[in-house]
Amino acid sequence: MTAFAARVDISHRPGIADPAGATVERALPALGYTNVNQVHIGKVISLVVDAADANAARAQVEEMCEKLLANPVIESYEVSVAELEPAP
Amino acid sequence: MSLRVGVVQFPGTNCELDVIWAIEQLGADAELCWHADATVNGVDAVVVPGGFAHGDYLRTGALARFSPVMAAVGEFAAAGGPVVGICNGFQVLTEAQLLPGALQKNAGLKFLCETVELRVETTTTALTNACEIGARLRIPINHFEGNYVCDPATLDALRADDRVVVRYVDNPNGSLDDIAGICNAGRNVVGLMPHPERASDPLLGSSDGLALLQSLLAAARVTA
Repeated sequence: MTAFAARVDISHRPGIADPAGATVERALPALGYTNVNQVHIGKVISLVVDAADANAARAQVEEMCEKLLANPVIESYEVSVAELEPAP
Repeated sequence: MSLRVGVVQFPGTNCELDVIWAIEQLGADAELCWHADATVNGVDAVVVPGGFAHGDYLRTGALARFSPVMAAVGEFAAAGGPVVGICNGFQVLTEAQLLPGALQKNAGLKFLCETVELRVETTTTALTNACEIGARLRIPINHFEGNYVCDPATLDALRADDRVVVRYVDNPNGSLDDIAGICNAGRNVVGLMPHPERASDPLLGSSDGLALLQSLLAAARVTA
């Protein structure tokens, strides 16, 4: 088994309101950033999974997303997986 | 034998005693159902009350779904037993997929604690059978994530099947189609954001919630 660092990026599905992102977007021009749009505030969940290979680790984390980590009614997710460097 | 209502208590639930008080005012018995027990103890109706079940970590209601009691609530609902989720309880029921859709943050990004006016849209549910269609009820809301959302196909189905139970007269939180509460296809599972138990005595400013709780007891009597 190999340890894989997985990262889950959770964002609102298209059409779902992101009031926190919208509020930040309205605040940025006050600092002079008048060229900013599409601000989005989501969540990141990081975890370490022991698995046979990267594909197995990814498949398992995607399953966790479907069952618990994300709510498919309002959220979409992206999973990235990288092998953990063994401790020196 | 008087009717027995089970009130589910998760770590972080905080409206369970209010619900029990209100139910008892109506002459029924009410008892707590602890989340870690995989049973609802043979009660005649179940209320999943408001609060912050499991701290609302990850998402509101997301972790409560895995408490052992929820399997028992699911079986009770599948057998036709009346189940009402109030506020956080509504969020729990959507996460448990006993009701469709989800509750997202209020459109104004404000926690809302105020009395709102509701319109009863259907009377063939476990929560509104003692009401009249079009009746206006003044009932408090107390939530940050009360903005109901679902996909267009689900909304079409809710409307076509008359499953929007109560609507806000003046939408406070951005809810899709002014939805304050919905029911399942069997009409025995209802979720709503407003708190009927907080409108259960004139001293509280309104007793309009009693009609809803009386409906629940009437539904419990049918299945008891």
